[in-house]
Formats: sequence, structure tokens, C-alpha cells
Amino acid sequence: MLSVARHSALRTLRAQTCSKSLFAQTQSSSLARLLSTLAILEQKDGKINTGSLGAVTAGQKLGGPIHGFVAGKAGKSLAQAAAKIQGLEKVIAVENEAYERGLPENWAPLLVENIKKGGYTHVIVSHSAFGKSLLPRVAALLDVQQLSDVMSIESEDTFVRPIYAGNAILTVQSSDPVKLLTVRQTSFPPAETEGGSASVEEGVDPKVESPTEWVSENLAKSDRPELASASKVVSGGRGLKSKEEFDRLIPPLADALGAAIGASRAAVDSGFADNSLQVGQTGKNVAPQLYLCAGISGAIQHLAGMKDSKVIACINKDPDAPIFQVADVGLVGDLFEKVPELTEKLKSQS
Amino acid sequence: MSSKLRILVPVKRVIDYAVKPRVKSDRTGVETANVKHSLNPFDELSIEEAVRLRERKQPVEDILAVSAGPAKCADTLRTAMAMGADRSIHIDVPEDKALEPLGVAKLLKAIAEKEQSNLIILGKQAIDDDAGQTGQMLAGLLNWPQATQASKVEISDDTITVTREVDGGEETLKAKLPMIITTDLRLNEPRYASLPNIMKAKKKKLEKKTLADYGVDGKARLKTIKVEEPPTRQGGGKVEDVDGMISKLKELGAI
Repeated sequence: MLSVARHSALRTLRAQTCSKSLFAQTQSSSLARLLSTLAILEQKDGKINTGSLGAVTAGQKLGGPIHGFVAGKAGKSLAQAAAKIQGLEKVIAVENEAYERGLPENWAPLLVENIKKGGYTHVIVSHSAFGKSLLPRVAALLDVQQLSDVMSIESEDTFVRPIYAGNAILTVQSSDPVKLLTVRQTSFPPAETEGGSASVEEGVDPKVESPTEWVSENLAKSDRPELASASKVVSGGRGLKSKEEFDRLIPPLADALGAAIGASRAAVDSGFADNSLQVGQTGKNVAPQLYLCAGISGAIQHLAGMKDSKVIACINKDPDAPIFQVADVGLVGDLFEKVPELTEKLKSQS
Repeated sequence: MSSKLRILVPVKRVIDYAVKPRVKSDRTGVETANVKHSLNPFDELSIEEAVRLRERKQPVEDILAVSAGPAKCADTLRTAMAMGADRSIHIDVPEDKALEPLGVAKLLKAIAEKEQSNLIILGKQAIDDDAGQTGQMLAGLLNWPQATQASKVEISDDTITVTREVDGGEETLKAKLPMIITTDLRLNEPRYASLPNIMKAKKKKLEKKTLADYGVDGKARLKTIKVEEPPTRQGGGKVEDVDGMISKLKELGAI
């Protein structure tokens, strides 16, 4: 009863504020009719990054036409590949080597020009290193308060995102004329890359020079599935004690399952695993079918990155470790015995 | 001939990283009263990096820490000064009017211009709102180069080389001052403030200012509709051995 009363009181209050701002209301409803979305697609060496296609899926939740945006050295072939993505009406492409490395200093003015020209109401990019580095800069230039790591789209102006390492879920309404969102990869699966037939249009190129120079990169090479999008993840923590033990126990188990490898911050900090494998609030978010971890206690910051996994399994010798509170399958035991045994038994079954 | 570094380090007071935040029963936010607060961990890294630049004999003229928030932010700034910041500015903003990243970026732009900062080191994100925007927004407003998620910073003359953490590994960028850097966890290991340094920090200058002093309105663009607890997972209990684990995983369709 109480909650109903509170609810209706809230509604009255809302109705009052609405009637006071009649102008704002008509403005927003006309916006709704003209809603259109720009989905920014990432590229690497002339190929569109699958993870970035979540931006298109998120755009579909809004309704209205979605245009894709690509830029780089291979602008034209990128545009052709993007035109096949399902859900896109048009692809805006800019061919210029200056955009190859995704530097925010020249990408931001590039996007601002194209957003203004296209009159978009929504701009979406994946919450990846590229999106995180770029979109806030664009937002500042457009004088807009951006929304980061959006997990769900409630309506054209209302969005849901995690705060406090996923310990609270915030629903927030934006009053900005253009909504800029980075979207969580694990919440918006990639759009299909075949079957679409978007038209291609050349974008505006303001040719702003970047004051930042790209020097080099050092990417971890691996034949395993990519961590953020893998259907199975095997993850190791401090309990593995050394890099040697991590390398001895974790990769064979991952191979037996066809899984990607992840790690806790403790394992990364101690040098057992590469930084790019870190799962958690400050690392990657994963939501695989199976998250199997060994020697991870389950600190808040780690849980933030993996608790949306379908099935969580853990091996830990401490029966009171917080990881057992979220695990669907928990095994209390010494990982140095249990992990090799599990690896062997999984191998012999396949 | 290299220019003197005038480093600006914005810091935020947040709920301590080890505390599990509790959502208020009226769903308007997270309980902050009587909860342990600390300096945002990424901001500790920023201060540490600024101090290390000085220790590495870079021409650091000034390290200025700033924080915008309620009165208790002064404690956060004292911590920053105990770690090695030279002075600080506290911009008084009531807790219920907390600034959004865009507002903070506008404020920092005004401060950076007034203080003639040429290097601004920020944390890559605050662990409360997890937005990860302020540094990039500030770089956009100032039209300065940016290097986010830095794990290594090297300065020679006016050129800064930054290694940054990206998906799948790292990349290295180069730019000239003035510049914005945001820190990642791997950048350094922040020091503990020693007792003598804590005592010394009490004598360092802490200016009080308001948003109006910098001509910033701080009006919010976002309205909180509700804050909820995330869905809780039901721990599925424990199994006896490896065979039990395999059969349970099969039962759940995970393998």
C-alpha cells in the first residue's frame, strides 16, 4: 500500500513538472520522431572489430535509422564490409590514413563534424579502450554529459549502467540534445555481419592534425578465443603462486575446454599473467557461458568483471572464500591437484 | 631547454575500495553516511607519478592537488600533500550537488588556465561512478593531447612518451607539453605517507574556493531515476570432487 501511495505521489509530481515545461516536452517528442543513431565501428588493420558491432545492436533498441561510421586507411573496403552489417541503413566512411590508429585528437573533431552534419540524436560506441578514450572527448566538444558502460536502454533518454564496481545499478535520464553512449560488450551481442545492404556515403573530413604521435604497439599474440567475447573462460589468481605454475596449469585446462584465459588483478600484479588478461572492475568485463576459476578468492573488484557469467565454477582451498557465494559449482581443494585432474578428465572425455 | 613542469593533480574522495557499498532503501543512491572514505585509488597513482617525476630530477616547479566536493575533501587533499603535493585547492561543492564529469572538466579547465598548468595527471576512473571520462573531456576542452590508461610515462625535454594499456596489450604514444595523462593501476606503487610528512602537510597551503570563483555553474545533465541492488547470484553449493564438478557442469549445460 505504502509503495503504491508513494508511486502515485511521484506521478503527480512528475505531471506537475511536465506541465511547467511544455516547451521542453514538445521539443523532446519531435526529437523522438527524428531519432537517428550513429554507431561507431572500430577497425584494426582494415578489418572491422566484431566486439564493436554491439553498438549496432544497442542502436536497434532505440528504434529509428542507424548509420555506421568507419574511418581509416582502407576507408572504402571498410565501408563495403560495413554495408553488409544487418541493421545499418547507411554507412558513413572516411578514407584517410590519419585515422588508422584511432587517435582521439583527430577522431574527436572528425566525429563532431559528422554528428553535426547527420543531425544524430544518439551516438554509440563499444566500451572498449578505443571507445573509452575517444567518446568523452567528443562529448566535451559537443557539451554533452556522456553515459559510460551502458548495460540496458530503457527508452531514448533513459539508460541503465553499473556504478561502484557493479555493486549498484543506476537508471539515469539524460537531458542532453544528443545522447552519447559507450555500451557494455557483454550486454549487447554483435550484429550479424552478413545480409545487410546499407548505402555508403563519404563522410566529412575536417583533417585536424593530431598533436599525438603513435609510436608502437605490443599486443599479446594468442590463438585462443578473445577474452571479452569467449564463450568459456578459465581464470587463475594468486593461489597459483608463480608464473611457472600459472603457465603449467592454466593453459592446458583452457585448451581442454577451448576457453580463453583470464586472470585476477593479484595474478597480473605478481607478474603471473599479462595485464590484458585481467578480469574485473579495472580490467575486462566477461560474461561467458562458463567461467572456471582457480585460486581466486573473489574480491569485489574481480566479481565486478565476471558475475554476469552464465555458469561460474571455482576451485579454491579456502571454503570461506567469497567466490563460493557466487559459484554455481564450487570445489574445495588444492588447485595443484584438482586442476591437472580436471584437465585430464576433460581431455579424455572429448 | 625544457619548460618547467607545473603539474595539476585532480583527486576525488570516494567510498573506500574495500567497502561493499549499500544501496539506500529509498533507491536514491548509495549509503555514504558513516562509511569509510579514501582517496580514489587511481588518484593516488597520479600523485605518486607527479612526485616521482620530481624525484627523477625532472624540472617540476609545482604539484597542485585539487578536489571538488564537501568539506571532508580537505582530508583527501591533506593526504595528497602528505604524499608530496606542494599545495592544494578545495572547491566547496555540497554533497547533494555533486558534479558530473563534464562539470569537473570545465572546472579543471578554468583552474589549469589560471594556474598555468602544463601537465595534468588524473586517475583513469573514479571507483564510485566508474565513468572514466574526466581526463578525456578536459583534454577536449583544452584541446591538449591525451594519453589515457598510462602504465609508463617518460619525459625528455618537452616530449612525453606514454605507454598505455589497450585491449590485447599496450601501445606507445608521443606528444609535446602541455598534455593530459590518465593513470592505470600498473603505472606505479603509491607510497604511504609517513608521519613526519603528514605533519608537514598540515602546514602546506590549502585554498578554499567555490564554483563561482571559476565561473562554472555545475548544473547536472543527468537525473537519477533509481539506484538498485544488482540481482544476487545464488551460490549453487559445493561438490565433493573433480568428477562431481564435471557432472554438475554437464548438468548445467556449461560443457
